[in-house]
Amino acid sequence: MNAFATPPRAKGQTLWEEMQARGVDRRDFVKFCAWMGAFLGLEASGVAQVVKALETKKRLPVVWLHFQECTCCSESFIRSSHPIVADILLDQVSLDYTETLQAAAGHQAEECLHKTMKEHRGEYLLMVEGSVPTADDGIHCVIAGRTALDIAREAADGAKAIIAWGNCACAGCVQAASPNPTSATPIDKVVTGKPVIKVQGCPPIAEVMAGVIVHLLTFDRIPQLDALGRPKAFYSRRVHDTCYRRPYYDAGLFVESFDDENARRGYCLYKMGCRGPTTYNACGTMRWNAGVSYPIQSGHGCIGCSEAKFWDNGPFYQRLASFPGFGIETTADTVGMAVGAATVAGAAAHAILTNIRKHHAIGEQAGESAADEAPPPAVDPHPEQRKED
Amino acid sequence: MFKRVYVWQLPVRFYHWLNALCILVLAVTGILIAHPPALSSASEASFSYWFGVNRFIHFATAYVFLFNFAFRIYWGFVGNQYSDWHNFLPFRRAQFREVGKVLRVDILQAVDKPVHAVGHNALAYFTYFAMFLVFVFQVVSGFAMYASMSDFWFPQLFAWAVPLFGGDFAIRQWHYLATWFFILFTVVHVYLVFYHDYVEGHGVMSSMVGGWKFLPKDEAPPAKPATPASGATAGATKSP
Repeated sequence: MNAFATPPRAKGQTLWEEMQARGVDRRDFVKFCAWMGAFLGLEASGVAQVVKALETKKRLPVVWLHFQECTCCSESFIRSSHPIVADILLDQVSLDYTETLQAAAGHQAEECLHKTMKEHRGEYLLMVEGSVPTADDGIHCVIAGRTALDIAREAADGAKAIIAWGNCACAGCVQAASPNPTSATPIDKVVTGKPVIKVQGCPPIAEVMAGVIVHLLTFDRIPQLDALGRPKAFYSRRVHDTCYRRPYYDAGLFVESFDDENARRGYCLYKMGCRGPTTYNACGTMRWNAGVSYPIQSGHGCIGCSEAKFWDNGPFYQRLASFPGFGIETTADTVGMAVGAATVAGAAAHAILTNIRKHHAIGEQAGESAADEAPPPAVDPHPEQRKED
Repeated sequence: MFKRVYVWQLPVRFYHWLNALCILVLAVTGILIAHPPALSSASEASFSYWFGVNRFIHFATAYVFLFNFAFRIYWGFVGNQYSDWHNFLPFRRAQFREVGKVLRVDILQAVDKPVHAVGHNALAYFTYFAMFLVFVFQVVSGFAMYASMSDFWFPQLFAWAVPLFGGDFAIRQWHYLATWFFILFTVVHVYLVFYHDYVEGHGVMSSMVGGWKFLPKDEAPPAKPATPASGATAGATKSP
């Protein structure tokens, strides 16, 4: 479990060999592979592929960069309930390069980074945690005298693929929330020409992070991604569609306030602003902390942390976001009601005006009376009307 | 002195009322989806499915709405001169002149010479075109949200709109906001129909039932209406 207790290891070991060196027995290893196979949605035969890949493939060279973020992605990862991949990987990146966990510091750390980038050019996996600030020439995030923008571009250049960990690297998260003073930018907007896997969430679920890595190891290709670049295996369903409270939604039974009887009964949190219906993540199926719970199970709505701009789509306890430019409590409904009232008032005023200005045109006109036997001679149907200039 | 003119063909009238019904159903079920009433019976969820049914009605009606709209576009190419698609787009200077006239006569009421359009007046045609754009927006955003809930291929055709908006939340927000357009449109639309019927007495209101309008003889089109092919230039009669 402890990522820092690294046993000595020979170069070029496979993951299975590394696990053995750490005292993982065969049974636990295969169990882990089965878990991962299930998380990835593989069929039973796929588990053998996972086992084989971890037995035979060499360790993955990894550069794990931290930019504008809170490290919660790393924290989530090392708390995985099936920590084998996290352990191995973090042991390894602690030797390659990762600001948070690396043993080296200063020039030594920089040397490690450049060694990895040089020796494994075109092979290493670039993992990015955090957004890249682009305002003021990127001076808001500077590591070893270089801007995050600079480092990201250099590291991406020789990378095989990029994994964007968490909402910061995928969509900018809280730093990119309005007014975004540092112009925090997701990684796929600052580097080009490399595949980016967006592992969304704030943070992502640990098992999802491990699953993505295992997928890359096993199949040696990018997992199937959705339209927003997230692995479909974990982000193809809405939290709402996998929520155990969904039957209450379909039955129209909702919590009206957090302290009411409905909340106690565990009704749907839709009206409390739950973002489950618009959020794609695996919380409903995998849950957190070894499947113990997830926000909705704990009685709080989803805040949509695996979706772009979720901080700006507030308040969290309102179904509708506040209407931009009209203050925090103003929703589309407030605006709509105001404009609607103005429209009705305008129509009423117009109706009054019509009766004043057009009174001569309303009702029976000359020559239209049924009493008039003779056909009207007038060519002009509105003889009373004056032409106004 | 008045002449009966057959303006709205049966398919146009059918479209109008089916469309009105669809919008009513979609708006009501849509607002219910956004603001479900508090029915806090202490029952088990398994005894009730009204919210699911409500959503089903919304989705099913969306299909009717879409294909009815598609039919109206088709009719813009084969229908009579008053339903012709050219009328809805600004092609001619005369259309803008008519817009100005309508604004002065009917809205500001500064001029008293009525605009006797046989079909819609130019301002109305343009307003309906703007409404068609909102139709398109509602169809695209609605089916884009629906795509992830459905295995059917058709909604998947709209799934591209989700990344365009950045996610489901934003698209839902705009989809909801556009509902207000329909509410405001209905207020103005119904008021203006009353207004025209009340002031001009051409039977605008009943024209969408029977198809006939009544126009002063000198302003009515000739007995043989122009063929649909020539509808491009015959959208509305000119007031002298």
